[in-house]
Amino acid sequence: MRNVIIIFKKQLKDTLKNKTVLIQFLLFPVMTLIMENTIRIDGMPELFFTKMFAFMYIGMAPLTATAAIISEEKEKNTLRVLTMANVRPRQYLLGIGAYVWFICMTGAGLMATGFHGMEIAVFLTVMGIGFTLSILAGACIGIYAKNQMVANSVFIPVMMVLSFAPMVALFNERIGKAARYLYTQQLRTVLDRMSFAGMKTEGICILSANALIVTLLFFTLFKRKGLE
Amino acid sequence: MISCKNVYKQFNDRPVLSGIDLDIPAGSVYGLLGPSGAGKTTLIRIITGQLDFDEGSVRVMDRDVKSLTGEDRKQFGIMMDRFGIYERLSCEDNLKIFADIYGIPHRRIAETLELVGLEDAMKKPAANLSKGMRARLCLARVFMHSPSILFLDEPTSGLDPQTMKQIHRIIRDKKKSGCTIFLTTHNMEEAYALCDTVALLNEGVIVDSGSPQEICRKYNHQKRISMHLSSGEDLEMEHGSASAERICELLRTGRVETIHSSEPTLETVFLELTGRKLEEDA
Repeated sequence: MRNVIIIFKKQLKDTLKNKTVLIQFLLFPVMTLIMENTIRIDGMPELFFTKMFAFMYIGMAPLTATAAIISEEKEKNTLRVLTMANVRPRQYLLGIGAYVWFICMTGAGLMATGFHGMEIAVFLTVMGIGFTLSILAGACIGIYAKNQMVANSVFIPVMMVLSFAPMVALFNERIGKAARYLYTQQLRTVLDRMSFAGMKTEGICILSANALIVTLLFFTLFKRKGLE
Repeated sequence: MISCKNVYKQFNDRPVLSGIDLDIPAGSVYGLLGPSGAGKTTLIRIITGQLDFDEGSVRVMDRDVKSLTGEDRKQFGIMMDRFGIYERLSCEDNLKIFADIYGIPHRRIAETLELVGLEDAMKKPAANLSKGMRARLCLARVFMHSPSILFLDEPTSGLDPQTMKQIHRIIRDKKKSGCTIFLTTHNMEEAYALCDTVALLNEGVIVDSGSPQEICRKYNHQKRISMHLSSGEDLEMEHGSASAERICELLRTGRVETIHSSEPTLETVFLELTGRKLEEDA
């Protein structure tokens, strides 16, 4: 556990000096606060920007940050130095995952300032589930990629699909049909209703299948490639 | 402290190490010399337990390397050929991470940085350090926790002579404090200056080993003495009693500017044994 905390602290310190990753964490919470407080259009659903940016935040920040951090550490050889100092790969991944989740949840906390009561709990639960799945997907990319360039070329299309498909689905029915198989789209529907109560069996199945796929993929890749 | 018996390793059916035998007593500096691709890094990775081997046995600290625990490995200090430094973090923060991992009090960080001459760069981001300073930071990280075995994979590769000297001084100090040092290099002067024992590794095979002086003497086939006289003339004579009188006379009359015996360097020994130069790929 001590090593997990050390990795967490190391990453926190590093991110404060890493503008690229820092922007990913701050972009959507800051944009949400600005848009919600400056734009008022008649007939626009309540907290429209918060809900729209929420699923984009889920599909983008944790995925890209996790993949970028792991692939950078591989490329710069710092990961090997950590493992030689007896930090186990699972401790490293847990430290990075916990860190990304914590920072994203802090961002989600900022985005939730427009909600009240139970809505805050629903919002944060949805975000927490989404972040966990995106972190696992990002870790898969990080484990798979040998360096940052490979990681970028994989996570950019994945991130685009996960974060933009639910938004495009609002305007295009055909894309909507395909997007419903993504966890970001399923979580978007929960956010629209701000309740898990109305979630259909199909939605639960899709969400579970997504979780199962990324978890299996993560463990398969980790078992096969480790952090080498 | 470290012993390898008949160690074999292949990568995709290509032999990388073939029957490596070595024995390193505690407190000594062991140098593995060989050109790039000879198998030096692979051997370090095997001895430190980072890589499995196909055949043979490897014992470190009197235990099978495969049975070493994480706690045992904390006795190692490993500096690989790539530095592995967190570039955005300061020197101090870089060392703090490892001080926390090894459970070392933070006051040791300043002491260690002072030891490698980086006390003024303590708060400087590692990205702003020169290559030599990065190497010293890396070395500081490696021995901050006072390991009993240091593995240094080409620690001075590509560094300027000044930094190289500083690193050699640090290595000598560590040896004095009882540390066992396993060093790989393709710099024969470095090996000659630092190592108690050197092994010449070529294509995964140790072609000879012994103390640097011993090896150079062993391959001294020419046994000649060359002199440069104050008149500008160069003389070369047999290394024997027949030449003694003449050399003595030249020295007595003060006509000798320089005098050298012809024993080979580690470089020429390596060339003789393998037909390859140590630094051909460097």
